[in-house]
Amino acid sequence: MILKILKYQLRDVFRSRWIIAYVLFFLVLTDVLFRFGGDGLRVATSMMNIILIVIPLASIILGAFYLYNAREYIELLLCHPVKRHQLFWGMFLGLALPLVAAFAGGVMLPYFYNAASAEAWKSALMLVFTGSMLTVIFVALAYYLALRFDDRIKGLGLALVICLFFTIIYDGLILFVIYMFSSYPLEKPVLVLSLLNPIDLGRILLLLQFDISALMGLTGAVFREFFGTPLGMGISVASLLAWLAVPITAGFRRFLVKDF
Amino acid sequence: MHRKSHIALSMALAMLMAFMVHSRPAPAAPGLTPSTETTSEVTPETTSEVTPETTSKVTPGNRVSDEVMTRKAARTESGPFAENLLADESNRSEAASRTLIVGERGGFARIADALSAASDGDTIRMEAGTYREHELLVDRQVTILGIGRPVIDVEHKGEGIRITADKVHVEGLEIRNVPTSHSRDHAAIRFERASGGKVIDNILDDTFFGIYLARAHDMVISDNRLRAYHTRESVSANGIHLWNSNRALIADNEIIGHRDGIYLEYVQESSITGNHVEKNIRYGLHFMFSDDCVYRDNRFENNGAGVAVMYSRRVMMKHNLFVNNWGASSYGLLLKEITDSEIFENEFSGNTIGIRSEGSDRVKKHRNSFHRNGWAIRIMASSMDNLITENNFIDNAFDVSTNSRRHSRNNFEANYWDKYSGYDLNGDGFGDVPHRPVRLFSLIVERNPMALMLLRSIFVQILDLTERVMPTITPETLVDEKPLMRKVAI
Amino acid sequence: MIRINALNKKYGTLQALSSVDVEIEPGRITAVLGPNGAGKTTLIKSILGLVKPDSGTITVDGIHVNGESRYREMIGYMPQLARYPENLTVTEIVDMIRDIRKSASKSEGRSASTRKDAPDSIKNTGQKGALAEKDAGRPQNNGQSASAPEPAHDDTPDFELWERFGLESEKDKPFRTLSGGNRQKVSAVLAFLFRPKVLFLDEPTTGLDPVSSSFLKDKILAERDRGTTIILTSHIMSEVQELAEQVVYLLDGKIYFERSVAGLLEETGQSTLERAIAVKLGRQPEVTAETGETP
Repeated sequence: MILKILKYQLRDVFRSRWIIAYVLFFLVLTDVLFRFGGDGLRVATSMMNIILIVIPLASIILGAFYLYNAREYIELLLCHPVKRHQLFWGMFLGLALPLVAAFAGGVMLPYFYNAASAEAWKSALMLVFTGSMLTVIFVALAYYLALRFDDRIKGLGLALVICLFFTIIYDGLILFVIYMFSSYPLEKPVLVLSLLNPIDLGRILLLLQFDISALMGLTGAVFREFFGTPLGMGISVASLLAWLAVPITAGFRRFLVKDF
Repeated sequence: MHRKSHIALSMALAMLMAFMVHSRPAPAAPGLTPSTETTSEVTPETTSEVTPETTSKVTPGNRVSDEVMTRKAARTESGPFAENLLADESNRSEAASRTLIVGERGGFARIADALSAASDGDTIRMEAGTYREHELLVDRQVTILGIGRPVIDVEHKGEGIRITADKVHVEGLEIRNVPTSHSRDHAAIRFERASGGKVIDNILDDTFFGIYLARAHDMVISDNRLRAYHTRESVSANGIHLWNSNRALIADNEIIGHRDGIYLEYVQESSITGNHVEKNIRYGLHFMFSDDCVYRDNRFENNGAGVAVMYSRRVMMKHNLFVNNWGASSYGLLLKEITDSEIFENEFSGNTIGIRSEGSDRVKKHRNSFHRNGWAIRIMASSMDNLITENNFIDNAFDVSTNSRRHSRNNFEANYWDKYSGYDLNGDGFGDVPHRPVRLFSLIVERNPMALMLLRSIFVQILDLTERVMPTITPETLVDEKPLMRKVAI
Repeated sequence: MIRINALNKKYGTLQALSSVDVEIEPGRITAVLGPNGAGKTTLIKSILGLVKPDSGTITVDGIHVNGESRYREMIGYMPQLARYPENLTVTEIVDMIRDIRKSASKSEGRSASTRKDAPDSIKNTGQKGALAEKDAGRPQNNGQSASAPEPAHDDTPDFELWERFGLESEKDKPFRTLSGGNRQKVSAVLAFLFRPKVLFLDEPTTGLDPVSSSFLKDKILAERDRGTTIILTSHIMSEVQELAEQVVYLLDGKIYFERSVAGLLEETGQSTLERAIAVKLGRQPEVTAETGETP
């Protein structure tokens, strides 16, 4: 049943103009970077910044819009013998998968036809992994918000605020903390803080991939020691998964009992 | 993580290969004892191969030398070096030198015996095989030639070869298993107050010190491969170690896994060229109190730090590659109390810090390429009157950082900065708006290293942008007034 | 057919439904009426399972709707405003709904077709004769199926409306390009497609042209005659009068009255339902039987 719903969802989403625009955005950007910058490693590094801004924002806004627009459709389907949990996964995957595919495809295609090196591919795949995680996390957040707030202005506004918070304000707060408590050993608290923000986490994972030399200063050593070990890798991936699981579960529960 | 495993893997591989190479059967125990007072005789069955007559030059040995010479001539442009070899060769023939053979098939069974049998001008020809000897003392002017790479296995018992005579030539050997010692500086090959010698095309495997020169001048050390497997600085020693030795030529060696790859202390007018220095624990190349030296065309890769040049004057650094020198306090090139020197057309790539400059004055850095470093240049306020011009700064996390907001007395001029966002209306190739290479964020990191974790975050980018639009905090004088619009072609 | 017992629903502090008891009888058309915000939508959505009531029970054909999706196999729903995925064509939308139905019935072991109807009570059999005349031309119903007809279970989808609406010419257009009227037509087709036992029609004729509108009304009556239970909401009282037999009137979340249309007209002495309700509510005391002409 989930597959049935998913099948039509995917058909719908892949025909929509915004997903095509989304693919083209990443495709053109990566292609242009290849043309100007040259090697795949450099392209991945440049893409990193864009991805960390664009993906959370696009995912949360598109996710919220999509679910608000699908309200009547969900009601309709729920009048058919469809179970709510089936419909939820159909709707969730029906948006998250196309977004991931659009982003991953758009980024990776130029790597194919530019015959990137193995190392460049490795960085590209890391990029795609992080971007995909962020996509799914922020779609999940968007779904939760859209299910929590019936007023779409409120929901979209909150989505924007959350996105802004995680991309910008949170880092400002970290810097503030670092300045305020600069005389204390801050390694551990800052590590924990970075685990609590999926965008920071994604950024650090990518940094370790790309800008290792920079992070390898004294501070970098701390981060590398943590994130470089299997334990640290495990914790950071677990943290990303937690970021994924919490909003999905919240949204899922909400969906099961929600009054449409 | 990846890098570590990579190193471990390649080390394991190298060890495996070394093992395979070394596990050839050792020569039979010495069966015949040669008379010690004259040249060795050859066993009958090998007469066709060698005739170790005292009068003639040995053809195989000669052949080896020829090979070395042609190879040298082809690989390096150091003409004088090749000529030296030739001159040497002719000297020897004039002196009516003898050839002493060491090997299982005839001649001396032990090198030590041959050494004590030799007199000035002789050649000792070592046949392939493994010789378990140590503390070999060379106190007369001989040439020691290995044919088919004979192995001297020191078996962790002490020093390899100690040379106290001038103009000794050591070539084609492999020396291994020189033990670590806390009290003595064991070396595979040591020259003590012995000048004009040559160490060519040897393999030193698993040694403490590799080649150790003390008060040995006018030395040539070339085409050697030195390998050590230490992991801690305290139990490791330097690959090529020079102390109080002037006018040395150190060329085309490969040095891996030592404490310092090449160490120079009180060395004047020496030249270090074409070496490959990799994975050494502390520095690839370490200069102390060594004036008027040149090093060029070397590759320093993946060392604790690339090159540390300290307390020296008039050093020329040219065409070197500083690659992937990572670490908590690592850098491609450390300049400490260096004056009147020049850094020209080097490439710094993938280092934590490209160049770190402390208390160094009047150093001209030009036409260098800084690519993908954490910090391209960290120039401390104690450095003055440096000129930094026509360099390329590309893809570095920080191009320039400094520890002071006060005015800098270093001149940045006409460099190419990939982060420059100005324009060139009059088309003269220089940007019309000055470029400030010091980011606000780099100052923040300087004061609070933990802030580095915010690298590349959007918040920090906004901060930097604000600072760029309205500079208030970054050093006012650290400005490139006419940044280049295009990369410098190097 | 549908039994609602002591149903309560609160949205925050707003009591949307309070102690609603209704019994909707099979084979008839029941109109749920009331002013905006009276709880009509909440009531219908509760029956559809879209809204979870705070307390009370709803059974459809003997099945509790709480958390249950199986009973929806016998339900058809035509919303006031239909929105399907924008980029799917009309054909795809129909296919999709059929797919979903199919896989649902597969996973449920096709329980609906084996289920026995349990008609509880059959009342009010007399009123619809006059209205049924309109269906004279339709062969499959003769307007006389007054006594609790068991809807014939027919697995073939009902494409009558599809043909009548002439949707064939629209079938390859994406949903987003359809006009409001055509969207409503698609929605109607889908509601009737599976020959449901219970049909919910929320303002069914909104946006339809007069011809289509009368096609739809014919179809509604024909379905009723086949024995389908139909629940209708509409703002057009003449339409309600034309179609419905029973009226459930909600006010402030409570059942204000529940009567047959005929009984209502009779009681109030009015000739139109609109007037009758107005009189019943007592909001227009000056309105008399004489002035209460059909506008």
